Amino acid sequence: MLEMLSYPFIIRALVVGTLVSLCSALLGVNLVLKRYSMIGDGLSHVAFSAMAVATVMNWAPLWVAIPVVIAASFILLQLSSGGKLSGDSAIALLSTGALAIGIFIISMKSGINTDINNYMFGSVLAISKSDVSLSVMLSLVVLVLYVLFYNKIFAVTFDEPFARATGVKVDFYNMLIAVLTAVTIVLGMRMIGALLISSLIIFPAMSSMRLFKCFSSVVICSAVISVMCFIAGLVVSFEYSAPTGASVVIINIAVFAVFCAIDFIKGRIHLKDSAFDK
Amino acid sequence: MNSTLIRCSDVTLGYENMTVLEHVSFELNKGDYLCVVGENGAGKSTLIKCLAGLKKPMEGKITFSGSVNRRDVGYLPQQTAIQRDFPTSVREVVMSGCLNNSRLIPFYSKADRERAANHMAELGIGELADKSYRELSGGQQQRVLLARALCASNKMLILDEPVTGLDPIVTGEIYSIIKKINHKYGMTIIMVSHDVKTAVKNANKILHLKNTVQFFGSTEEYLNSSTGREFIGGQR
Repeated sequence: MLEMLSYPFIIRALVVGTLVSLCSALLGVNLVLKRYSMIGDGLSHVAFSAMAVATVMNWAPLWVAIPVVIAASFILLQLSSGGKLSGDSAIALLSTGALAIGIFIISMKSGINTDINNYMFGSVLAISKSDVSLSVMLSLVVLVLYVLFYNKIFAVTFDEPFARATGVKVDFYNMLIAVLTAVTIVLGMRMIGALLISSLIIFPAMSSMRLFKCFSSVVICSAVISVMCFIAGLVVSFEYSAPTGASVVIINIAVFAVFCAIDFIKGRIHLKDSAFDK
Repeated sequence: MNSTLIRCSDVTLGYENMTVLEHVSFELNKGDYLCVVGENGAGKSTLIKCLAGLKKPMEGKITFSGSVNRRDVGYLPQQTAIQRDFPTSVREVVMSGCLNNSRLIPFYSKADRERAANHMAELGIGELADKSYRELSGGQQQRVLLARALCASNKMLILDEPVTGLDPIVTGEIYSIIKKINHKYGMTIIMVSHDVKTAVKNANKILHLKNTVQFFGSTEEYLNSSTGREFIGGQR
């Protein structure tokens, strides 16, 4: 197993992947609670399309995708908060629309083959040396902003009207969450894959909500689960030469199942106890 | 001393092109307990949202005076579906009321913690501090949200139907807590209520809305007015 650490591309994947898993787990708790679970899915499809354009034009993919996806996240927020379109249909429109455009553009140039496959399902080889420094920097920015604004983000997620009434700049924090999510998605999607990246946002949050009942412990547990699952997934994918994204998601499914089981058993024990009390 | 705390002058409220409320004017002094009554769709909640700063009036002006400003409002909104299964402890919720006082510092101060603890103790939820909010009863949840509102302000409290869905005993408890807050701290209370009889018992001023102001004045005047007699009679 230690042998895998001798490959530079694995080290790069490990560094970027750990940071991205951390960011996505933290943001994921807020997105799931705000009923925005699918926002990651929509944004990753937009990122796919942006990267397709970048590939065709020979531009640096990250530099194209990040601004485009941030713009898309603004549009999504506006669409769903304006009430003209409901949140889920707005996301569905955006994601399928972007996907179609991306596939169209990429097939003009190279024919449908490896590029699409890599973007859709991810590849550990996708992270180049120059990407690492940018990814590390951006994910550190996401982490620092999240920690700095943790209390406000909690307030906005739990009760928007109250937060607004007490003078918290709700729109700013909603934007902040959207932008941070956009950056995280773009950084993670090439390794995990456009189709799978949203599971990195949803699974850790859902698993930790099974067992933990206070917000801070849900956030911490979700971060721990996410990083552990990523590392385990990377090892599995290396051992079995399987795609990294799929391996990480499978480990996340397993953890979710275990947490559900524990929650169920705890519930039964609790029931039994209260039956004895009577 | 009767200092005017909040003044609504000729306020018109609505959504897009539709007017919900027009020509609303009233003023409240420090320590007043105002109940906003009226039928469904009369614009009660819309007015409350505007007073809490969530909505801008289409016309007219709401002015706060003296020592109070826009931020000095403790607001108790109606509960949302998101909150019912939100994983959070009671302390986390109450603490989030302190955010307007620490706007420059991103974290809570020791004073914030003490304030939150005091308000929790006072509302009888001190021992629930580490419990999960979603596992509390409706009445306990409402106390938590009240404690949070008290952390946000010690001058004015705005409540939007605080007893919806609670049983009569708990409803009575919540009303007496609100009454106590009004008496003990001289906090100004503005409350929307469906339950006009309790409103009349507790409040010293009544604002009766029906797309405009039907009545505004003291509770005694309201009981003797035709609007008041008709509305209270109608509820029996």
